[in-house]
Amino acid sequence: MKAFSFSQAPLTPDVYRAELADPAAGGYAAFEGWVRNHNEGHAVTRLEYEAFEALANKEGERIVTEAVARFGVLRAACVHRVGSLAIGDLAVWVGVSSRHRAEAFAACRYIIDEVKHRVPIWKKEHYANGDSGWVNCERCAHPHEH
Amino acid sequence: MRTDKATLQYHGQPQLRWAFELLSKVCAATFVSVRPDQRDDGTRAGLPQIVDRQPGIGPIAGISAALQEHPKAAWLVLACDLPFLTERTLHHLIAHRDPNKVATAYRSAHDNLPEPLCAIWEPAAREPVLAYLASGKQCPRKFLINSATALLDLPERQALDNVNTVEEFGSATAALKRPGGVSKTVRVQYYAILREQAGRSEETLDTSASTPAELYAELRKRHPFQLTAEQLQVALNADFSDWQTPLKHGDTVVFIPPVAGG
Repeated sequence: MKAFSFSQAPLTPDVYRAELADPAAGGYAAFEGWVRNHNEGHAVTRLEYEAFEALANKEGERIVTEAVARFGVLRAACVHRVGSLAIGDLAVWVGVSSRHRAEAFAACRYIIDEVKHRVPIWKKEHYANGDSGWVNCERCAHPHEH
Repeated sequence: MRTDKATLQYHGQPQLRWAFELLSKVCAATFVSVRPDQRDDGTRAGLPQIVDRQPGIGPIAGISAALQEHPKAAWLVLACDLPFLTERTLHHLIAHRDPNKVATAYRSAHDNLPEPLCAIWEPAAREPVLAYLASGKQCPRKFLINSATALLDLPERQALDNVNTVEEFGSATAALKRPGGVSKTVRVQYYAILREQAGRSEETLDTSASTPAELYAELRKRHPFQLTAEQLQVALNADFSDWQTPLKHGDTVVFIPPVAGG
């Protein structure tokens, strides 16, 4: 599988997990990001993800490559949803297989942290009161209002 | 001027490369005319070339080599020292081409004589050009004056002003940087909050902005963008870029709002 990719359709972790199998692997760690029903005190009803895919694919691949090199794991991959998601849906999946557990956890943590900060993906939250907003964009545009 | 004029930069890249890309938008195939000793130089190597068959006689050597290499093709011949040239001027030339003539050319804005190096040379020019050279003459302008040439007025008066001295290079560079100086066309793609505030996912626009920073300042006057440049990152042609990187004609620009993956 590609080191980093997007999916319009629901994610399928079992399929991805099988792709990371390796005879030298002693373990596998994964992270699943789920859509929760609240954020910063607001009741959330659904989410939309949008990505600048041409650049996001390159940056996501760089992150996974960095993690493999830095932690010496065997295989790693990340898949991110785009489109409209409901509460409980799987938004992002990260998986790592390695010889030992410590580097699998570390690489998994590294990939999700870097993806959240570096990859051009945006999240729009829809709230129970009918409002909506782009996370990290609406309030930072009006810092004096809060 | 001792510098190779093809390597001068007005639009953020060597002028030869810029002219090549401009021509590639309007022609079926594009070639660089080179003397045999220029084939491997850094600016020209790697581009499709037509090599002079009679080097040492100036630009008409390139024109005659092209007419001989592909005798059925009409050639839009373009000098690579025209910093003010625009795609519009090329489109106008093509739209008003008269294929029944030997050539279609602009009248110089300065002396009304034909400009041979922003002109369409028809296949019918091949025999008379070879005869002209055989008679010992080499001036492409005089050739056009004495041939059946369709002549057009320039839609933009300064489009064919060329640069021959260091002083002219300086003033051309300054003129291109002025607001309202010769503009470049860029495509801007919008995502997330910027897409909603712009009311579109992309637009193509002519701008005199020389950097992404200037372009964003210009766009903030047209769209109700509330994010400041300090809150954004910028990408040129799908790679992260610096805000001060020179914008080139044809660039695709994306302004990246604060991200929120995961």
